Amino acid sequence: MKVLVPVKRVIDYNVKVRVKSDQSGVDLANVKMSMNPFDEISVEEAVRLKEKGVVEEVVVVSVGPQQAQETLRTALAMGADRGILVKTDDMVEPLAVAKILQKIVGEESPDLVILGKQAIDDDSNQTGQMLGALLDWPQGTFASEVVIEDGKITVTREVDGGLQTLALQTPAIVTTDLRLNEPRYASLPNIMKAKKKPIDEKTPADYGVDTAARLSVVKVTEPPEREAGEKVEDVAELVSKLKSKGAV
Amino acid sequence: MAVLVLADHDNETLSDATHKTVTAAKAMGGDIDILVAGKGAGGIAEAASKIDGVRKVLHVDGDAFEKQLAEAMEALIVPLMDGYDAFFAPATTMGKNCTPRVAAKLDVMQISDISGVIDADTFERPIYAGNAMMTVKSSDAKKVVTVRGTSFDAAGEGGSASVETVDAPAGPFKSAFVEERIVQSDRPELTSAKTIVSGGRALGSKEEFDRLMIPLADKLGAGIGASRAAVDAGYAPNDYQVGQTGKIVAPELYIAVGISGAIQHLAGMKDSKIIVAINKDEEAPIFQVADYGLVADLFTAVPELTDAL
Repeated sequence: MKVLVPVKRVIDYNVKVRVKSDQSGVDLANVKMSMNPFDEISVEEAVRLKEKGVVEEVVVVSVGPQQAQETLRTALAMGADRGILVKTDDMVEPLAVAKILQKIVGEESPDLVILGKQAIDDDSNQTGQMLGALLDWPQGTFASEVVIEDGKITVTREVDGGLQTLALQTPAIVTTDLRLNEPRYASLPNIMKAKKKPIDEKTPADYGVDTAARLSVVKVTEPPEREAGEKVEDVAELVSKLKSKGAV
Repeated sequence: MAVLVLADHDNETLSDATHKTVTAAKAMGGDIDILVAGKGAGGIAEAASKIDGVRKVLHVDGDAFEKQLAEAMEALIVPLMDGYDAFFAPATTMGKNCTPRVAAKLDVMQISDISGVIDADTFERPIYAGNAMMTVKSSDAKKVVTVRGTSFDAAGEGGSASVETVDAPAGPFKSAFVEERIVQSDRPELTSAKTIVSGGRALGSKEEFDRLMIPLADKLGAGIGASRAAVDAGYAPNDYQVGQTGKIVAPELYIAVGISGAIQHLAGMKDSKIIVAINKDEEAPIFQVADYGLVADLFTAVPELTDAL
């Protein structure tokens, strides 16, 4: 079995973002960037499937600027076999990413595509589902457990209210939730080895995909500030404050 | 302009998220129809027809729709969209699961988790875990949108829409339901609870989480939430998680107990009306958003609070 894992380079999850004063977007200059946390979970799951002998090859792909190569190297150091960088400096929306991935799936013929459930920058939660529709493949979104047996993929999903288990025909799409696994750290020798693994460089044009934005950004603003609160001395004061507000 | 709104339900109860989605759809300024897809969900169609401002209810009944799996929902919704200018779904796990498939098949970009409708092409939504608000204008012919429930009031009752039966698309579909483990709870549902008490890692164990949080929640008639740290440590089920990757809540009162207030947690609760933080670390970031902060040991403060209520 072959697995394709799309990964995205995003602002590091610990960074507190700042909105640009001209309201054109968020300031990404000189900010620490990392692999989207859900994508690390996807890479980890693919590598674990390989270690179990279920999967022979793990191909990672990223759509983004030249620096997204570093994100691919990280995935290669975690255990992926080779990478594809679809180079573009434009902001590419989930629909266009899904179309690029559709073409890559056509060329690579994986049995499974594992994506993160959402990127922590645009918080869209769309790409995996869109790819599923474009390919007409079934999907197991928000996965907290993936079992592959006899040509069927069983996915346990985190849904409102609890957990739901689905059986998917292959080929299939899985999107990962936080609980699926604990991603490994790449060791120094593996980081060195990853430098020798191949990364193919492509552009959206190579796949004939138009990446023009369908959604234009009118403005990006700070969320409304909460008014400064107060510290209370003890429980009695807290209760009386809440009572005076009619909250309890 | 006609908007198709997807109903979120479990075949027995129509979720509050549906009413909130109707309110958002009304801001588009057109006719609103509700799609109820389920199995034995006649009662849901009936309930949906009573929502104020609804023109008609489309009701589909079939085995494939019992769990509203994405592949069957896509096959159902995409052809229906010939008659609509917009599709609005609640940003519940069900809505998030199937809506992007509909958007891709219609070749339009979805606008996720909207917190405001500016006009029929322009929407506001949070990005970066709610640390920025983005206003986007869609150039697509049809709008496909998921709606953040906490940003809209629930539409009222009093409507009397007609219910039309729609034929279910022929399967088979490429996914099958196997089983479900739903957390049994008689507490108010987290995303619509008026009061939420939420516990973090500082509670130390599942036993302490239950011992301290349940009586407090019972006293307040509150839903119980948790931080990711508490869920990962096994103190509370996944379904309790409040935050960027868990549930987005905005109750009247949110009491955060032993929660430091990481960006990802704040993303899920900072629109609450009143936030109370109980934490022994006075530098904890949660105090920056709390209306009332109590610097105290939660193991004494929480029982004291429970007794005082």
